[in-house]
Amino acid sequence: MIINDDKLNIGGHEFNSRFILGSGKYSLKLIEAAVKDAGAEIITLAVRRANTKESENILDFIPKGITLLPNTSGARNADEAVRIARLARELGCGNFVKIEVMRDAKYLLPDNAETVKATEILANEGFVVMPYMYPDLNTARDLVNAGAATIMPLASPIGSNKGLATKEFIQILIDEIDLPIIVDAGIGRPSQACEAMEMGAAAIMANTALATAGNLPLMASAFRKAIEAGRQAYLSGLGRVLTRGASASDPLTGFLRD
Amino acid sequence: MVRINGMEKDVSNMSLKEYLLTTDYNLTRIAVERNGNIVPKSQYDLTILNDGDTIEIVSFVGGG
Repeated sequence: MIINDDKLNIGGHEFNSRFILGSGKYSLKLIEAAVKDAGAEIITLAVRRANTKESENILDFIPKGITLLPNTSGARNADEAVRIARLARELGCGNFVKIEVMRDAKYLLPDNAETVKATEILANEGFVVMPYMYPDLNTARDLVNAGAATIMPLASPIGSNKGLATKEFIQILIDEIDLPIIVDAGIGRPSQACEAMEMGAAAIMANTALATAGNLPLMASAFRKAIEAGRQAYLSGLGRVLTRGASASDPLTGFLRD
Repeated sequence: MVRINGMEKDVSNMSLKEYLLTTDYNLTRIAVERNGNIVPKSQYDLTILNDGDTIEIVSFVGGG
């Protein structure tokens, strides 16, 4: 079965790709290859103080037609996240924003309460708000009520490549929340991305897994295939697991014994 | 003095546009905040930098 109409819908915008690519920690020259080999339609960016006489800007390296998703990294509370989001929109590349609010630099864990506050303010201002959060069902419900377009729970600490440490709690969000659940942070291998997609995640966001790989474009391609495989497995419905014993998958070879 | 991206600059009474052009910012790649509020691009030449203002000039960089 070919699934052509399986679109990812984020705030009324449709995407074919379920791989959101981060652009940090690697050379600007690799961005175009990474986007192409990842099949990505959304790429994240950060906002920083500008330099004068800037010789190259990341926007010059991103292929046309890619949706830009600025993040609010660096924000320590809702007010700072709102300021960064407004500046990002003023930069003139759309109204998507990934909210990240962190209070500590050691674990980089999101502040769920401040994230809900920022989501409400920015959703009311017309942003497509994609909040990064610690996977907690109550917070996810608050984010839905605040106007979030997706929920982005972390798999494990940012940049750790440790995989689905929060698997059971992400599954609860997938089962209970009607918005796309996009697993963000900590996914280190294609197999982990595939597993999250099999669980019913709507998309995967990855950066460090690629940036620290031996060959970035090749790893981007591996993630793309793993995400597609996991999605098809989810749409198919997984086969059942026996609690004990075995079940032959061949017809029994009766002729040897009759 | 005007605080611009964390540095004190002696540019009071200059327009924001004049400052940005004399310092070689790429106007198509930046956004500007003055005392916590966005300055729309159309207002750069009408915005006069005042003593005590805090200006932030930002652009996009790579990030996850």
